[in-house]
Amino acid sequence: MIQESQLPRAGVVENLVDGRPGFNRRFWRSGMTMLGLVMLLFLVLFSFVGPLFYPLSATATNLLATDASPSAQFPLGTDSVGHNVLAQLMVGGQSSLEVGFAAAAVAMLFGTLYGLISGVAPAFVDSIMMRIVDILLSIPSIFILLFLNVVFTPSVGIMVLVLASTSWLGVSRIVRGETMSIKGQVYVEAARATGTGVWRIMLRYLLPNFIGTVLVAGTFQVADAILAMAGLSFLGLGLPPPTPNWGGMLSDGMNYMFQNSWWLIYPPGLCILIAEVSINLIGDGLRSAIETRER
Amino acid sequence: MIKYIIRRLLEAIPTVLGVTILSFVLIHIVPGSPVRILLGSHYTPYRAQLLSQSLGLNKPLGVQYFVWLGNLLHGNFGFSYTYNQPVVYLMLQALPHTIIIVVVAVLLAHLFAVFLGSVQAYFEDTKFDRIVTVVNYFFYSMPTFWLAVLLIIFFAIDLPWFPAGGIVNTQLTTPTFVDWARHLVLPIAALFLVSVAGWARYMRASMREALLQDYVRTARMKGASEFRVIFVHALRNSILPLVTLFGLSLPSLLAGALFVEEVFNYPGMGLLYWDAVNARDFPVILGVTVFIGLVTVLGNLIADILYGMIDPRIQYA
Repeated sequence: MIQESQLPRAGVVENLVDGRPGFNRRFWRSGMTMLGLVMLLFLVLFSFVGPLFYPLSATATNLLATDASPSAQFPLGTDSVGHNVLAQLMVGGQSSLEVGFAAAAVAMLFGTLYGLISGVAPAFVDSIMMRIVDILLSIPSIFILLFLNVVFTPSVGIMVLVLASTSWLGVSRIVRGETMSIKGQVYVEAARATGTGVWRIMLRYLLPNFIGTVLVAGTFQVADAILAMAGLSFLGLGLPPPTPNWGGMLSDGMNYMFQNSWWLIYPPGLCILIAEVSINLIGDGLRSAIETRER
Repeated sequence: MIKYIIRRLLEAIPTVLGVTILSFVLIHIVPGSPVRILLGSHYTPYRAQLLSQSLGLNKPLGVQYFVWLGNLLHGNFGFSYTYNQPVVYLMLQALPHTIIIVVVAVLLAHLFAVFLGSVQAYFEDTKFDRIVTVVNYFFYSMPTFWLAVLLIIFFAIDLPWFPAGGIVNTQLTTPTFVDWARHLVLPIAALFLVSVAGWARYMRASMREALLQDYVRTARMKGASEFRVIFVHALRNSILPLVTLFGLSLPSLLAGALFVEEVFNYPGMGLLYWDAVNARDFPVILGVTVFIGLVTVLGNLIADILYGMIDPRIQYA
């Protein structure tokens, strides 16, 4: 989560645009960031390239090999209906990553636009728009998400929209705050005086100043979306079967907790954890790289 | 100060009203009418008409909203479809269970996070600090539900110290306090562990800043012990952001409670909501959503007011 104190200040707008070398050095040379990138790369390869090397079906059931512990045939065992856990993890990763990134992208686009409009709009429109955000933020998103997933039978597209429907809020707040703090700058007034259109001012004069902050927020949104999707699936309201999902696999595995079927519980949990840690590391790396640039 | 509190309270009213409108609208985008759900296999068009008349569902949506809002103000949250009991009654039964685990976990987590973050900041960049940072990162990124499952495996199955769920041992003839407390340990531990990590991170950053301030140097110069410097001089200032953070983290705490209650089959508000969602029990869904929105708004308000009380630099106009 981005805190107010981590946002760039209005007075430093001028030196934002030409700081590239500093940013690159900061970002790429941080060990923790690299670790995050390597972990994420591993997950991407595992989910999307892995099935090419391990082309066994994730959805085929095998009633002759149910609850099998890991063996040469099934490296991570099978579940109660004989699903191949390793194959399921790979395919489950695909939907998690796709939905996570897509939801964050939608949330970022919408949140940025909303925040920009709210920031430049007349005061009363702004206060109504921000009040709406306050209201939506008052209800913990998982409560809204659970409900929406009952109403709309989830498909990948709907899942993306449902997750984005709550995660754009934070972005819009940040963008609105940024917009407010720089819209009074002289160069913006100059642009306005020369007859520049309001859209052009928003997108060319205001947005570039805090695009980095938006990207940082967006990175954390990816982590949040993946976690939220896993959580929904864990509660039985994710993508419908047979699409495997890490959260759903974990909740199935929970039924076999007492049988010591560790391969049903640790691998999906670890996958979620790796996704969360890697994306959070990248987000932190981005943030500190951008922050330093602004000091 | 009193004026400020009153002003903030008044400002919160539109937000609360907005929460009620939002919940009401959400419920009404559900395809299919509640009448059909209520009647089930007894559905005939005539009965549907009678029922919607008696429930007031044939009135315009706006009118329905105000009727519902009026009932809310009288503490009438409606009637549960599945339990056949007033929603308020169900919520009042569930609420104390949630309050106890959330409050205990939050208090412990705050105390521990303040201590841990302060010590980490003091020993910044030592091996200790780095190890704790990594461990924190691990717990910070850990999904609550997986953590809860792991706690059950470790401390209820492998080491059978605590019960794996519920709130009473059904084999006991009379419920005892010890038995009840034993059931609370793992749910509280789960909420505690996921909260500590995030707060300790903030506390570390906040304390690090405080330790660089001039007044800390002054305190050291006049001979205050290091313990006193950290936990008396620097702590007072560095703890401030955590008060706001508490208000902001309420929604995620309640979300965490939902998962914890589901995993441990713990009969709190989260489990009530989850059951209601699965059973499409809309009055309960609506009631819990409004209630939780109210709690969040109030929590933020209290955090704001507390912040003002603790920080004398804030002047109220």
